[in-house]
Amino acid sequence: MDGVKLHGFWLSPFSHRVVWALKLKGIPFDYIEEDLPNKSALLLQYNPVHKKIPVLVHGSRPVCESMVIIEYLEETWPQCPLLPTDPHERAVVRFWVKFIEEKSPNVWIVYRSVGEEQEKAMRESVEMLSNLEEHGPNKGKKFFGGDGINIMDIAFGGVACWIGAIEEVSGRQIFDAAKFPRLNAWKANFKSSPVIAENLPDREKLREHLARLREKRLSSSTHK
Amino acid sequence: MAGSVVLHGMWASPYSKGVELALKVKGIEYEFVEEDLTNKSEALMRYNPVHKKVPVLVHNGKPIAESLVIIEYIDETWKEGPRLLPQDPYERAKVRFWTGFLQQQLFGPMLSVLKTDGEAQERAVKEAQEKLKVLEEGIKGSYPGGPPSINGDNMGLLDIVGCPILGAHKVLEEVLGKKFLDQEKYPRVTSWVKALTELPLAKEAMPPHEKLVGLFQFIRSRALESAAA
Repeated sequence: MDGVKLHGFWLSPFSHRVVWALKLKGIPFDYIEEDLPNKSALLLQYNPVHKKIPVLVHGSRPVCESMVIIEYLEETWPQCPLLPTDPHERAVVRFWVKFIEEKSPNVWIVYRSVGEEQEKAMRESVEMLSNLEEHGPNKGKKFFGGDGINIMDIAFGGVACWIGAIEEVSGRQIFDAAKFPRLNAWKANFKSSPVIAENLPDREKLREHLARLREKRLSSSTHK
Repeated sequence: MAGSVVLHGMWASPYSKGVELALKVKGIEYEFVEEDLTNKSEALMRYNPVHKKVPVLVHNGKPIAESLVIIEYIDETWKEGPRLLPQDPYERAKVRFWTGFLQQQLFGPMLSVLKTDGEAQERAVKEAQEKLKVLEEGIKGSYPGGPPSINGDNMGLLDIVGCPILGAHKVLEEVLGKKFLDQEKYPRVTSWVKALTELPLAKEAMPPHEKLVGLFQFIRSRALESAAA
């Protein structure tokens, strides 16, 4: 089979999602760390639309958008499935992935804004967590995928594993463990599960980097 | 594959229309429940408690929400009839990428163009034009053979999503009294949309032009009123 390359960035949750999927499925790949202020010419060629990582290149064919990449991996390498086989169950999982994709940017808005914009993003972020707490599939099981990790776990992992650092840096509490016991248990399960535990950004490095970026952003912007 | 199929939708929603098109391409019999979005049915609230939105497909009593998710479900469940997504994983990835783009990147700015005027509208128009440019380049790069997807007379997923969103450009242009989709700037997008809207299925299933003009005018005047308030 053709080689697989992943253009990613150590800080990016989207990049990590793809790494998790590749490793869970045992797909060998080369990782190319992109220095984001100085994107490589290859990256710009492979993702002319968004100019963003992650980009997976299989042979010479580029695939963009983390969850689109993961569905591609699932269809090309069927071993260690990350989606159920039943169409209705698959639809439920994909619904939640779409939900997470739609709502999770609010967490990043909390990180990078202040004032009314931040307040609104806080409300939306907490509502997202409430919905997952109450309605997320496979309540009582280790993961949203049941006993094993599926693409919903991967999608949410890209949020949950960054929230702590975002909270520290912004001084806002989004994920109150007392309010979200189910999600709290999920987080512990996810972060300690073998492949994931070995592939998380260094917490201190992440916090430092996010703090620096936030500082720069807020001091140069005209935020109210 | 028999069983009961009920679609909760709204005649003007492009998301709802996409699901209808998918059902029709597959030749699936379904019951359509027109939802009044100002007075949503108890059933809709129960079937989609998270978003409380249309479309929701209820198949043998089990609900599914999110138009793209529903359409993939339809493709996986009814294997007879034309394919909605291509077979090859890389082609599927391309379709998923572009349908995501149409829904998430292009539709919003188009709606903003409808709901604003003055400087705000100029900004919205600029953003929409940027997205159209990306789409134009994208079609050139991803589908060099010409308008994407249409396999024979059948719409694929990309057509199903593109038709309601882009097909509405004529309505938008009539309401605003100015051009939105410039054929010279976006020849590939324009020829694709033209081919789509001329398909028998589009002629049969798309909302009537005049009715949509009326709705768009209402949306516009209400938005401008509340902005002025």
